[in-house]
This record gives sequence, C-alpha cells and structure tokens, in this order.
Amino acid sequence: MAEALLRRPLDGATVHIPRGQVFIIPDRCKGCDFCIDFCPRDVLVESQTTNTKGYHYPVVAPGKDGECANCQFCTIICPEYAIYTEEAQDSPEANPPLAEVSQ
Amino acid sequence: MAEIAVASHPIDAVLRRDRLPHIWCPGCGIGAVMACYARAILESGIPLDKHICVSGIGCSARVPGYMNLDTYHTTHGRAIPFATGLKLVNPELQVTVFSGDGDLFAIGGNHFIHAARRNIDINVFCVNNFNYGMTGGQAGPTTPMGSFTTTTPYGNVEPPFNLAALAAACGAVFVARWTALHVRQAQEAMQRAMQKKGFAFVEIVAPCPVSFGKSNDIGEGVDEMWMYRKQCVVNDDADVTKIDVTMGKEAELVVGNFLDIERPAYMGYGKEVLGEA
Ligand SMILES: Cc1ncc(C[n+]2csc(CCOP(=O)(O)OP(=O)(O)O)c2C)c(N)n1
Ligand code: SF4
Ligand code: SF4
Ligand code: SF4
Ligand SMILES: [Mg+2]
Repeated sequence: MAEALLRRPLDGATVHIPRGQVFIIPDRCKGCDFCIDFCPRDVLVESQTTNTKGYHYPVVAPGKDGECANCQFCTIICPEYAIYTEEAQDSPEANPPLAEVSQ
Repeated sequence: MAEIAVASHPIDAVLRRDRLPHIWCPGCGIGAVMACYARAILESGIPLDKHICVSGIGCSARVPGYMNLDTYHTTHGRAIPFATGLKLVNPELQVTVFSGDGDLFAIGGNHFIHAARRNIDINVFCVNNFNYGMTGGQAGPTTPMGSFTTTTPYGNVEPPFNLAALAAACGAVFVARWTALHVRQAQEAMQRAMQKKGFAFVEIVAPCPVSFGKSNDIGEGVDEMWMYRKQCVVNDDADVTKIDVTMGKEAELVVGNFLDIERPAYMGYGKEVLGEA
C-alpha cells in the first residue's frame, strides 16, 4: 500500500490518461503490419476476416478496449492512410483521474 | 472501444482520394514518406495553391500523381531542371522535388549537383530504397557494396554515394537523413526545408521489400522497419563524410538534421548582378 502511495504522481488527481478511438478504412489496408508492430501499447492485432483484396487489416485486440493512448503513431506510419485515431469522447466517469484508478 | 470502420482519412484533405489505394507494394515505405510530405504541407502555413510537387520517373516519382496540388511528373532524371524553371519564373511558389535515388542520382545526378552548387531555392526529398524499384530492382548509385540486386547477382562491387555528404559538398544549405520509421522527424525536416531559403535536401531511407529487402535477407517491409528501430542512431552533429549507409546487419545507420547554414540563394545573386527586372 505504501509503495502504491509513493508511486502516485503528484498531479494524479487532475491528469487524465489520454484515450483514443481507433478508426479503420479496411479496404485501403495492405496488411504491412507497421501499425500493429509499432503501436507502443500493443493495441492492434490482425483481423480474423480479410478485406476485399484479401489482406488482414488491424483491429483492436481482445481485452485492449480503452488501451489506446491516442499517440497517433499508427495514423502517421500507415503507408496506406487506412487507420487513424481521435481522442475518445469518454464521459469523466469512463475516464477517471489516475488517483481514482489506483484506489 | 472497438475500432470503427470509416471511409476516409484526415490526410485525404491533400490527396487525390479517387486514386487510392495507390500502386505501391505491401510494406513499401513510399506511402509513409508521402504522408510526411502531406502533413508537412498542411502544417507549413503556406497555402496549398503555392505548393508544387515535381518528380521524375520511378515508384517514388509516382507521388505527384496522388497529391492534390499542382504537380508535374516529368521525364526520367529531369525533375530538378523542371523545378528550377518553375522557381525562377515564379519565386513565390514552394517547389518540392519528390523522387527516388535512381532518378535523382543516376540519370539526374548532374542536375542535382549543379542545383545544389547554385543554391536554387527548392526542396529535394529523396526516397532512398537502394535500387531501381520500378524496373525490377537493378543496382544504382546508392546500392550498398555487397548487396544483391538483379544486376549484381554476385553482390555489388561499386561503392555507393553517401547522399548527405554529396549534398553538403555540392552546396546544399539544409541536409537531413531520416527513415520511413522516423515519420515525425522526417515531417519536421521537410517543414524546415520548406522554410529554408536555398537548396534543401532530405533523404528518407525506405524499404523496398520486393526489389531489395527480400534479395538481401532483410525480409518484408516491416522487418526493414525493425532494422531501422534497432540500428538507427540520431546524431545531428555527425560528420556527414563518415555516415555511409551500409545496411549491414549490425551497422549503425546515422540519421539526423546534419546541416543548416545560410548562403545566398540563386535568385539573390540574380538581383545583385542584374538589378531589379
Ligand atoms: C530515359 C529513361 N531511361 C530509363 C528508364 C527506366 N526507368 C524507369 S524508373 C527507373 C529507375 C527508378 O529508380 P528510383 O529513382 O530509385 O525509383 P524507385 O522505383 O526505386 O522508387 C528507370 C531506370 C526510363 N523510364 N527513362
Ligand atoms: S494511437 Fe498509438 S496507442 Fe493508439 S492504436 Fe495507434 S499507435 Fe496504438
Ligand atoms: S499500417 Fe496501414 S496498411 Fe499497414 S497493416 Fe496497418 S492499417 Fe494496414
Ligand atoms: S517495387 Fe519497391 S519501391 Fe516500387 S512500389 Fe514495390 S516495394 Fe515500393
Ligand atoms: Mg530507388
């Protein structure tokens, strides 16, 4: 418990973790895996199904809902302009300050 | 929050959407580099109708066909003289040459060295994928020694150009090298090039898995991107003469914004010598 208290950032009560919503244009994807490999949060995996050209496009991995930090690296690394993120429109309850999370 | 399927992308604002998807192979780096250029344009503060994109011939040179600007796809090697003419006639334009290593440094090499020497106020963005991708993977002036291409089946025996050193030696006032993985840094370098008065050169090392990666035991595009992640060293202060790109399995690949100096641009000399028109 004491350790958890020490590790809490001083501004934890006011700072919100940014969260992103992932948008995909499935038919543009050519399955290069750049977005999947270089996502710092390992949010993305290949789809089970394929797009019209037969490529597995990225989808949010099972259990990774809410993990996207909206860093937008997938947006800018994708050579096909097939994925982007925007800040999630969460209610404050759905996106609580760090202090509440660590209770 | 699962993903949401949509039909368009924010970058489409500066692309010819009806031409997408583009022709580049899966895992090719050119698409990511084109997006750096597109974002640099959007962030430049310069109106879209002042941006001009000129290329020669090659896979990289297909970029103007996808940019929703005034663009020119010229003949092989001749993008720089074409761009020079545009800039001299209309100095208000923000003229960018976007092309490949073969187009700019083999058939077009002479134009590059003289435009840099004259300090023509244009930007040259070169996708260096170490070969002639479009025509089936022949060796060119940037192919590393020992590399296997369709014209070097026993390994390349010619030493390649170090493009950053070449540009600096010829007189460029801004010289940078990044990779297709360094998308934020490459975009920033492109914006700096646009702000720069004079000849600004940005090399972007990029995967061509089809014609270079696979024959050189690098693998797919994503494998070459991992190579950049592991082997790139950022050093803005590097001595440009000592940063050859070898693509060796353990070798450092030095990237950075190496040179940013002031020198009168060609149009400046024109006014001094000729006076106002
Ligand atoms: C006058 C002339 N000579 C040769 C060719 C064939 N050719 C087309 S593209 C190309 C090389 C392109 O290499 P690079 O600039 O590196 O582009 P990449 O495809 O690798 O992006 C050549 C030799 C041509 N189109 N015109
Ligand atoms: S925005 Fe960042 S964290 Fe979110 S999916 Fe893309 S790369 Fe991953
Ligand atoms: S980076 Fe783009 S093209 Fe590559 S797998 Fe991701 S969405 Fe598909
Ligand atoms: S041949 Fe090489 S450079 Fe040309 S589109 Fe394919 S991967 Fe890209
Ligand atoms: Mg090439």
